[in-house]
Amino acid sequence: MSDDDKAGSGFAGRLRRALLIAVPYLWLGLFFLAPFVIVLKISLSDSVLAIPPYTPTFDPSRGWEGIAAMFRAFDFENYVWLSEDDLYWQAYLSSLRIAALSTLLTLLAGYPIAYAMSRAPERWRPILLMLVILPFWTSFLIRVYAWMGILGQNGYLNQFLIWLGLIDTPLVILGTPVAVYIGIVYAYLPFMVLPIFSSLDRLDRSLIEAALDLGCSRLQAFWLVTWPLSRPGIIAGCLLVFIPAVGEFVIPSLLGGSRTLMIGKVLWDEFFANRDWPLASAVAVVLLLILVLPILLFQRHAERQQRRAEE
Amino acid sequence: MKLSRFNIVSLTLCFAFLYLPILVLVIYSFNASKLVTVWAGFSTRWYAKLFHDEAFLQAAFVTLKVALVSASIATVLGTMAAWVLVRFSRFAGRTLFSGMIFAPLVIPDVILGLSLLLLFIAMNIDRGVTTIIIAHATFSMCYVAVVVSSRLVTFDRALEEAALDLGATPFQAFSLVTLPVIAPAVVSGWLLSFTLSLDDLVIASFVSGPAATTLPMRVFSQIRLGVSPEINALSTILITLVTIGVITTSILSKRSALVRAGEAEG
Repeated sequence: MSDDDKAGSGFAGRLRRALLIAVPYLWLGLFFLAPFVIVLKISLSDSVLAIPPYTPTFDPSRGWEGIAAMFRAFDFENYVWLSEDDLYWQAYLSSLRIAALSTLLTLLAGYPIAYAMSRAPERWRPILLMLVILPFWTSFLIRVYAWMGILGQNGYLNQFLIWLGLIDTPLVILGTPVAVYIGIVYAYLPFMVLPIFSSLDRLDRSLIEAALDLGCSRLQAFWLVTWPLSRPGIIAGCLLVFIPAVGEFVIPSLLGGSRTLMIGKVLWDEFFANRDWPLASAVAVVLLLILVLPILLFQRHAERQQRRAEE
Repeated sequence: MKLSRFNIVSLTLCFAFLYLPILVLVIYSFNASKLVTVWAGFSTRWYAKLFHDEAFLQAAFVTLKVALVSASIATVLGTMAAWVLVRFSRFAGRTLFSGMIFAPLVIPDVILGLSLLLLFIAMNIDRGVTTIIIAHATFSMCYVAVVVSSRLVTFDRALEEAALDLGATPFQAFSLVTLPVIAPAVVSGWLLSFTLSLDDLVIASFVSGPAATTLPMRVFSQIRLGVSPEINALSTILITLVTIGVITTSILSKRSALVRAGEAEG
């Protein structure tokens, strides 16, 4: 691919190119990248009862001396605190566990759907696709809220099961991790279905027919041909569910109750309830470090998809 | 091609799972009883109550304002970013640039919200509608960039070059040749940004000040205490609007595709 076309040669062209790059670059640098530096800085500060509630604050009037003084006052106290308190360990581990298990559940639910969609007659596909995407356009908060009414003690699910005569006493689901699993699978299902569908949709059918002709059973053909070829979609879908789920706040706080420990909720409470900004920042930094690897994987995957589309 | 029984079952279960909760919510928004889970006859009293709730109307107004402005900023920035991603393969810091486009799609909201708030405080910016708009524009532009770039990569650049050869300025070539082709992606990028902004609770909660409460913030503070019939009514209104919007745009885009196909044939 050529980098510069006719529009990009000459002085005016170079200026236009530089401007096109600079505007989004600077915006993201200022509002996406710079904030992380500040979070890192505040995570090394101490909490005080003041506005803003941390120290040291940067004092530009003192010039270099001010900066040096700020660096001298930094320490890793918040990180030591994090590593020593069992609560945070538990919260990180249980977030990872909940996210991993619900990603697996979403995959188990999403794959058959994507598969069925890719097998549906051509003229149905746009409608099926729209039906999967439609809930995604509806408010996330509302979709999670809908489950509060279903899973509660007197909720619709319990009413239904009692009416059926399957149970006598209502099941306790709302306020337990089970409700969180249901919530995550429900809210993130489209993110799993769409990438898998798009890789199944591209799959060359004749490969499966060849495998069947060569004596594979249907199951073998699926396992040896369809599944490996849909792997890019599976990986994308899993990353799209797993990464945000680790830091999920809305679902555990509405469905999980006080017994479900997740780090997104801990961070929120540390910030809003305890007003300990340095500690909240340290929690965020560690969470980001945990997620760096999956995020880089996701970026590489997205770039590869883009290059493939160009060819 | 016919669907096997297994595929029919999985599709049916999927759509039941996706739509039953929403359906139940909609039905019970017309419930006369204050107890949300007990049916006591048909009534529209919660809708009436909603429309007399000043705080709700105020929050809805703020949310709409934020969504309109932030989606428009995000569309411009995101389209530029898509252009950079697709057309400029070599420049200093390209990997960082693409990282900054893709990472916000998956990074948990709590991290984005906290970091932006700390930036606004460090910069001494008053928190309120403006800061929410900046925050929403920032993460939405990444979605726009992804949507638009997927359309831009399939664009035949020979068309643009032909326009330039025929004497169009680069801006004319863009606005008369490229833009009409990528327009559907730009429009869906705007719509996506708009709904993302309408939806966002976590980031807005971090970066807003006491003066600005958005609808999701208002809803969240109420449903934290439990299910409420008023929220059911509000949800039903929002769901109806979204459904109408999505169906209308998909019909319109299909029609314009048909028109274009017709022109190509004729």
